[in-house]
Amino acid sequence: MRKTLLAAGTALLLAAGPAMAQQKSIKIGFVSTFSGPVAVIGNDMRNSFELALDHMGRKIAGMPVEVIYEDDGFKPEVGKQKTQKLIESDKVDFISGYIWSNVLLASIKPVVDSKTFMVIANAGASQVAGELCSPYVFSTSWQNDQTPEAMGLYMNQKGVKSVFLIGPNYAAGRDMLAGVSHTFKGKVVGQELTTWPAQLDFSAELAKAKAANPDAIFVFYPGKAGVQFLAQYAQAGLKGKIPLYTAFTIDETSLPLQKDLALGVPGAQEWVNDLPNDANKKFVADYMKKYPGHRPSFYGAQSYDAANLIASAVTATKGNLTDKEALRKAFEKADFKSVRGNFKFGNNHIPIQNFYLQDVVKDAKGDYVLKTVATIVKDYQDASHSKCPMK
Amino acid sequence: MTLFIEQCLNGLQFGLLLFLLAAGLTLVFGIMDLVNLAHGSLYMIGAYFAATFAAWTDSFVLGAVLALLATLVVGMAVEMIAMRRLYGRDHLDHVLGTFGLILFFDEAVRLIWGPEGLSLPLPSWLNTAVTILPGMQYSAYRLSIIVVSLAVAVFLYVLVMRTRIGMLIRAGASNREMVGALGVNIKLLYTLVFGLGAALAGLAGLMQAPILTVQIGMGENILIVAFVITVIGGIGSVRGAFIAALLVGFVDTLGRSYLPDLLRLVLSPNAASTAAPALASMLIYLLMAIVLVVRPEGLFPASAK
Repeated sequence: MRKTLLAAGTALLLAAGPAMAQQKSIKIGFVSTFSGPVAVIGNDMRNSFELALDHMGRKIAGMPVEVIYEDDGFKPEVGKQKTQKLIESDKVDFISGYIWSNVLLASIKPVVDSKTFMVIANAGASQVAGELCSPYVFSTSWQNDQTPEAMGLYMNQKGVKSVFLIGPNYAAGRDMLAGVSHTFKGKVVGQELTTWPAQLDFSAELAKAKAANPDAIFVFYPGKAGVQFLAQYAQAGLKGKIPLYTAFTIDETSLPLQKDLALGVPGAQEWVNDLPNDANKKFVADYMKKYPGHRPSFYGAQSYDAANLIASAVTATKGNLTDKEALRKAFEKADFKSVRGNFKFGNNHIPIQNFYLQDVVKDAKGDYVLKTVATIVKDYQDASHSKCPMK
Repeated sequence: MTLFIEQCLNGLQFGLLLFLLAAGLTLVFGIMDLVNLAHGSLYMIGAYFAATFAAWTDSFVLGAVLALLATLVVGMAVEMIAMRRLYGRDHLDHVLGTFGLILFFDEAVRLIWGPEGLSLPLPSWLNTAVTILPGMQYSAYRLSIIVVSLAVAVFLYVLVMRTRIGMLIRAGASNREMVGALGVNIKLLYTLVFGLGAALAGLAGLMQAPILTVQIGMGENILIVAFVITVIGGIGSVRGAFIAALLVGFVDTLGRSYLPDLLRLVLSPNAASTAAPALASMLIYLLMAIVLVVRPEGLFPASAK
């Protein structure tokens, strides 16, 4: 009995020892998808986040940074579990990441309830920009409506009179298709929502689109689905017959698989790899040096910005993480060099930013790259900011 | 009208692909009384092999043929190494054992090919649309899937109905013990049947790869549908699997196409567009439930019991 008590006591002391010897560090939790075919997106985000930390010397305001990456497995309930683990068990100071809008919506309550600052690096659920906005939640990406609204404006500029919308049936898919309808002045002749993420066969929807005979088809299919959609689009004989306009369907992670299928298909994005500011040039060049054979995508660019945003806020409060009010004001100032040039937040902590038209071309080496062709709209604010009660 | 014909063709194509997968499953279940959850893994292996071999040989057709042979070999190996231990045991033992095989195959694929999946591009002569009726175009590749699947269905019919081996297969599905008692080399029969099922699954996997996907876990979703078809068609019956697969293919494709419009007639457009995709994906299970109520042994049961 005594020996057991002695052993237990020693074990406890040994366990307590290292904790007392630990230096104060900044803990950031990062929730993304690191398994399955969409792991390529999660890896791009992690690589970019790591690159940003390398650029800062892995220290923010003199304190070492520790990042805990968690895999949401593309499932909202797992994302919520991992978020709760990071907040309650790992006691992170900041939380970032989140690719998918449904994972974000499931995970946001524990974050806000625990008053942990969250910087969303991709998901743009419209509710988070509107009625669910919070002083603790910031986004370095966009609100789901913004990008398709920009595409709608571009289609107006191109004189498109009728469009058929196809997208996946989840929070972001519905937001995207609604976004096009907001700004597009022509007629929406049909809309199809597909089962997400299981359905990869779009034959029924493509057949319907063909039968409706629109001037153009707008599509939103992130990740692997985008590759399959473009392949089936060509197989259905629609390539060259009905022009395709996209958002988040063609990016540096899916382009290597899409290749020729993506040539000449325009997309709207708030960041393209050739934006001519210094921060972006450094980001893209160093990314390609550190990860040869890979190019950063907009997911990565947003994660890079997220890391720098957190760093700017902590530096502004001189490492004082307990003064939440001061941290919030520092976040809102967004005093950092973003890879998309000028960066400022709206009242709902969603960026007010430019949207560019990107096109796919073959570069001199024969690689497929994305090129900025035009600026569709400048300093565009999202449509939900009036629903957010914050000033 | 062209839309309806096109959707029917899509349904036919989907149904035939499902038939290839379900035929192997129902044969294995019927003759060997083996619940093989790893059938979906053989489907996945077929697709991965096809993507790899097509990249090596730069030819889609050659890659497909090699992948088919490779999947046949893998199937027979799995039967000899793993399945032999499961014969005669409780179905739950089969489920546990083959579920373990699923995990094994998923991890093996992840170790060999990485977690991100592959793609299988089509040669340009298949990547176009052909004019099948005046004013109507259809994907050449999907047409070729229909043609190949129908050819395989005819081959299976001839095999099962007109050859000695087919007679043994039908006898085994009807009464396994009697076949063993009559002195037939049951071990060899089992290996061949399992190999055949594996080859069919691999063919289905490699044929859908250019349209759909080559990724880890791709077999699991479609395996459920294959089991649904086996239940609807009747266990052990290839004819049942054929009819049931076509039925499921049509119901699913036509349901997904026309249900949203039907719902919009009775519900508000917003409610219709949220309810329709969910309901459409439930249709095949509703069909299975109806068949189970009306005719629990399936539409064309093979065994006399």
